[in-house]
Amino acid sequence: MYPAAFDYKRPESAAEAISLVNEFGDDAKFLAGGHSLLPLMKLRLAQPTVLIDIGRLADLSYVRDAGDHIAIGALTRHKDVETSALLRQHVPLLADAAAHVGDRQVRHRGTIGGSIAHADSASDLPATILALGAKLIVEGIGGRREISAVDFFKGFLESALLPDELLVEIQVPKLSNAGWSFLKFNRRAQDWAIVGVAAWRDAGNCGVALVNMGSTPILATSVVRAIADGASVADAAALACVEAEPQSDNNATAEYRTHLAQVLVKRALDTCSR
Amino acid sequence: MSQMIKVAITVNGQQTTATVEPRTLLVQYLRDNLNLTATNIGCDTSSCGACTVHLNGEAVKSCTILAVQADGENVTTVEGLANGNEMHPMQQAFMANHGLQCGYCTPGMVMAAISLVKDIPNPTEEDVRIGLEGNLCRCTGYHNIVQSVLAYAEGK
Repeated sequence: MYPAAFDYKRPESAAEAISLVNEFGDDAKFLAGGHSLLPLMKLRLAQPTVLIDIGRLADLSYVRDAGDHIAIGALTRHKDVETSALLRQHVPLLADAAAHVGDRQVRHRGTIGGSIAHADSASDLPATILALGAKLIVEGIGGRREISAVDFFKGFLESALLPDELLVEIQVPKLSNAGWSFLKFNRRAQDWAIVGVAAWRDAGNCGVALVNMGSTPILATSVVRAIADGASVADAAALACVEAEPQSDNNATAEYRTHLAQVLVKRALDTCSR
Repeated sequence: MSQMIKVAITVNGQQTTATVEPRTLLVQYLRDNLNLTATNIGCDTSSCGACTVHLNGEAVKSCTILAVQADGENVTTVEGLANGNEMHPMQQAFMANHGLQCGYCTPGMVMAAISLVKDIPNPTEEDVRIGLEGNLCRCTGYHNIVQSVLAYAEGK
């Protein structure tokens, strides 16, 4: 299947990429690894007339220790997130979640920034950075701004990115001493999660977010509040779906998803507490 | 007339060039421009892995990469594995262990398997099964495929 025809631009820098997207506006899309965008284009679910290929901007591919957080370049591939020694040490939840994305071939091409900017609630990384309380650095023609993960996901495949902005960096707080768990329930290898859970917990705090339990990734704030108030894991997990709006589809009914999310949140928090 | 772009891709050690539409997929470039038809198109939606090739030494799905994204890079297809008439040891392992039935998934399986064993030199059976999750065999001949990959890894 060919995608519909488009014009192709290959900027040499992030600044040039942003200038190009300003020139072409809504008709243009950034192409990173292409593993979210190209399948949509082949199915005509997306039909940009200009692709701006940022995939070779090597200065946007890095994992750096930045003191209280780890800074990850938006073009860092899933494989490099998965195998990063820094992330394995300081944010193992994110490294493990990246290892659950797609399959090995997909992880050789897909990027963390592409996955987050695509803002699919069924993807593993959006919920994970939500649970982690990450910050997203985006750059437009007027300069940089910071968006917290909780403000980033607006609706189905919709983010707070403006059409002329580029996601450049993901900042995740270090959680070196936290327990953590990423659980992905699916029926076949490499499938999207029917329900997924990203969770961490340390002596004072915890974070829990759900994959594929609504039109956006869902922060399970009722669970987090219950744990903070001293509830048992079982009592907190019963609140897993207070914020969720699960849909029924070929894989599962909304009722099944609701039950599954409660079971998985309990398992995840039990693992975190060990 | 839509935009046309000249690409230069090293395929199986040979420099190749063509002028293509930007929407040309890498698998189409290999099959239609270069007549390298061993790389198969299966699902065409980046699920089945039949189109797996190596891009700069790593397994990728060539149905989900544009030829322009591979411009200037190194691609290896299953045609590039043999040394003259001597098959690559992974190909030999598939033959010795009957690691194929209809053969449609085989080029992608072999390419994915070589990349897997490069990253995990001494894989367990579970490593192989999980590592090949991106490759589907509709004959369901997974048992012998896994045995082939393990035999290759042990015999290296």
